[in-house]
Amino acid sequence: MSKRKPYVRSMDGWWKKNPYYVEYMIHEGTALFVAAYAITLLVGLVRLGQGEAAWNGWLEALKSPLSLVCHVAFLVAIAYHAFTWFKLFPLTMPPIMVGGKRLEPGVVVGSGWTAAIVAALALLGLVWRIAA
Amino acid sequence: MSESQKVIEIEVLRYLPESDAAPHSEIYKVPFSDDMSVLQGAQYIKDNLDGSLTFRWSCRMAICGSCGMMINGIPKLSCETFLRDYYPNRISIEALANFPIEKDLVTDLSGFIEKLEAIQPYIIPKEPRTLEQGEYLQTPEQFNAYIQFTSCINCTLCYAACPQVGLNPDFIGPAAIALAHRYNMDSRDGGTAQRMELLASEDGVYNCSAVGYCSEVCPKHVDPGNAVNINKIEAAKDYFLRFLSPKGGSK
Amino acid sequence: MKTRKRSNAPIFWGLFGAGGMLAGLFGPMLVFITGIAVPLGLLLPKDTMSYAKMLAFAQNFVGKAFIFAVIAFMLWHAGHRIFHSLHELGIHGGFFGKLICYGGPLLATVISAVVLLGLGF
Repeated sequence: MSKRKPYVRSMDGWWKKNPYYVEYMIHEGTALFVAAYAITLLVGLVRLGQGEAAWNGWLEALKSPLSLVCHVAFLVAIAYHAFTWFKLFPLTMPPIMVGGKRLEPGVVVGSGWTAAIVAALALLGLVWRIAA
Repeated sequence: MSESQKVIEIEVLRYLPESDAAPHSEIYKVPFSDDMSVLQGAQYIKDNLDGSLTFRWSCRMAICGSCGMMINGIPKLSCETFLRDYYPNRISIEALANFPIEKDLVTDLSGFIEKLEAIQPYIIPKEPRTLEQGEYLQTPEQFNAYIQFTSCINCTLCYAACPQVGLNPDFIGPAAIALAHRYNMDSRDGGTAQRMELLASEDGVYNCSAVGYCSEVCPKHVDPGNAVNINKIEAAKDYFLRFLSPKGGSK
Repeated sequence: MKTRKRSNAPIFWGLFGAGGMLAGLFGPMLVFITGIAVPLGLLLPKDTMSYAKMLAFAQNFVGKAFIFAVIAFMLWHAGHRIFHSLHELGIHGGFFGKLICYGGPLLATVISAVVLLGLGF
């Protein structure tokens, strides 16, 4: 009879065992803030559909201190999401070949971050032009 | 042993299947010199302190892939990790995470071997080829497409680094998927559709949540995480385009 | 040999990726505009988000598509990530977890579509 008795270790608290995993859980956790912000926008859209009074009520609610604090938290978390999203590109995207050579990971990440900054500024510029 | 002999404490997670219900720690005092690896520390314990300590090793030069262990919680090859880098602190060693422990530092690799077999790690020719047709020719570009993924030494550090392997032992996992990718990317191979059945399955690439630690710990810079993620895109193409051009074999 | 079922993950992984990309490119600036700059009257004109302006934006085809994509995809992104994180924390949500993490985004997608279509063109 076999004396084998392989022991399976518990996975409880695995993510606390390595700083790499802790950072992973933090960037995964930004999803909670993305969800909260998307729900805030969804409520705004529904209020827009209900007419001017409802919409103005939503705009008023955005001025409350609680809302402002929440949005600062959304901003920090979603900016961190953006930072990590593009930082992972060398892992998550197929290699990009330029002139027969693989683009360096640093260049890929840098391009991603640049694209995010350009997109953000373009959005701000567009909103400003529409508003003005 | 001279007066100036440095001694490091090595804490080993021991597990003796015949007598233990669960693993326990034991601490050994190991005299060492600056050129001694963690593997040599384990060998000192086995030769001088406790002959029952069990671990795998062979080449001592980071190519056989058998001496991987958790060293202070990080998957490393013990032959290329040096005691001097941890002294004067205590060093802890444990069998590679996410595998069942067979005995002490030895893991049960049977699941891993099954996964390696499952991805058909050999060239499946596109069409029969006769000797008269001669050798296959490959351009440098065709060669570069897969060479990185041939460097895997099956050390399983990437499995120990992957929480998804620990959470779902059926996940094919980084090294096996990197090897599947190695053959898929080979211009001589025609087995991509067959391997897709596995990669696109519920045990396949979508178990990965892009933690990326597998590629960090890889001692041979195979970047298995990239191979897994490239195949998420391939499996998604296969999923959505299969109605247009059926090629995947998944049920 | 073990028969393995094809995973339906590509659908949810695709939605996750689209939302993650949108949130990465536009998320921070959108939060700044709608949640900080406009409520505090910073930087942008006072009536940037007035009823008339927002209604016009939501009635424009491109504006409609942008609002729909941002809300729907960001929620699919978040739901997928949260479902996986729960699994990683040892909370295997099962049916109830899927209902919240994927049913929620589906409901939000339907609501967004209905409201946006209701606002006309």
